[in-house]
Amino acid sequence: MISIIDYEAGNLKSVERALKKLGFACIITQNKEEINRSERIIFPGVGAAGKAIADLRRLGLDNVLIKAFEEGKPILGICLGAQIILEKSEENLTKCLGLIPGEVRLFPRPLFSSDKERLKIPHMGWNGIEIIKRHPVLNGVGPDDEFYFVHSYYVKPASDEYLIGVTEYGIEFCSIIGYRNLIAVQFHLEKSGSPGLRILKNFCKWDGTYNA
Amino acid sequence: MLSKRIIPCLDVRDGKTTKGIKFKENIDIGDPVEMARFYYEEGADEIVFYDITASSDRRDIMIDVVRRVAETIFIPFSVGGGIRTIQDMRSVLLAGAEKVSVNSGAVENPGIISQGALAFGSQCIVLGMDVKKVKKSKEIPSGYEIVIHGGRKNTGIDALYWAKKAEELGAGEICLNSIDADGTKEGYELILTSLISDNVNIPVIASGGAGSIEHIYEALVNARADAALIASVVHYETFSIRNIKEELNSRGVKVRRVW
Repeated sequence: MISIIDYEAGNLKSVERALKKLGFACIITQNKEEINRSERIIFPGVGAAGKAIADLRRLGLDNVLIKAFEEGKPILGICLGAQIILEKSEENLTKCLGLIPGEVRLFPRPLFSSDKERLKIPHMGWNGIEIIKRHPVLNGVGPDDEFYFVHSYYVKPASDEYLIGVTEYGIEFCSIIGYRNLIAVQFHLEKSGSPGLRILKNFCKWDGTYNA
Repeated sequence: MLSKRIIPCLDVRDGKTTKGIKFKENIDIGDPVEMARFYYEEGADEIVFYDITASSDRRDIMIDVVRRVAETIFIPFSVGGGIRTIQDMRSVLLAGAEKVSVNSGAVENPGIISQGALAFGSQCIVLGMDVKKVKKSKEIPSGYEIVIHGGRKNTGIDALYWAKKAEELGAGEICLNSIDADGTKEGYELILTSLISDNVNIPVIASGGAGSIEHIYEALVNARADAALIASVVHYETFSIRNIKEELNSRGVKVRRVW
């Protein structure tokens, strides 16, 4: 069973629908025992970092996640779920979970593309990824695959060791971050057509081992 | 680099797609879910549904359509038409739409934009603007006026003012429809499109007037729109989304080419 962590942040149903389409059993839950018992965890999220962390703590789910990470259970973070696993965020100056060393930053303004076009914030729409390190969850992802992004903040890991993939939007930022049994993506896998579903499917079969 | 988006628009009345949409393949052309699946597989970057159901007590039919679309396609889609309250927004988003678009309802009650942004996040809230070219005046300095109720009612609101106001209130995107260009197939209203796109910091979808791939190129490149809405050119198979993307790509426009 896969637990989709429900900490009252954003639309979790779309992740559930995508898993259902792929044929994997899942449950949207905030029940600690249920999460502890599950074989893997998906940690989505839309909204602001400050509120997300406050809600996680209120529900006591921060410790559940930390425990699952330490036990080696495969964990997938999506969007805001990829941000609040770092140590801190510039958004609402939030102290985050600290599963991966580093921080979350706001895109600089003004932001320009390489051909001097003014770029809008949030970064919203389809963009590519450049895979820096091979990862089991990225098997079958092609060089022209694109993914759907919506965000104003990006993750900045403390070391390149955690950098799995990067994306270019005025600056080059980390769009896929990973450490041991934890993998997280800035884009919405559940809204990125078949390339997104492929990564989701890979995650559902991943045993959580990764040697950089 | 971010890709420019190509977005087919489907009008839905009482749960059925309207207009004589022609298809060679084996698709129930009256079924919005099948149409959505077709465009999803064809490489649409997003889909817009516009509910033109006249009577509000038949709104539940659209909610059921949204739910079934959400189970079928795995790209973002938005739903607009008759959205007046936060509750209307909530039902559409809970049924599985990524975004909800508000048009006349926001003109009548601008507060719905900020309330919606607060409740669901700016990225969910699209402002639909129907715009008509008028003589420049003190009230309408840009020479473009907001009209509502399908263009039948003038509002006295300047389009540029309204776009900036909506951004300030928390709209995450603008779908900019020129009433003058709509249905002409003579091209998007490029002056209007660049005016709005250059003056807001949220994405702008150009709408109304697409008749050729050249028109789409002009809207995305010359008028700097972030996305182009298309309807009859793809519904009548004048060309396919793949045709559009291949040609745009060959002319140096970044588009999503693998799906």
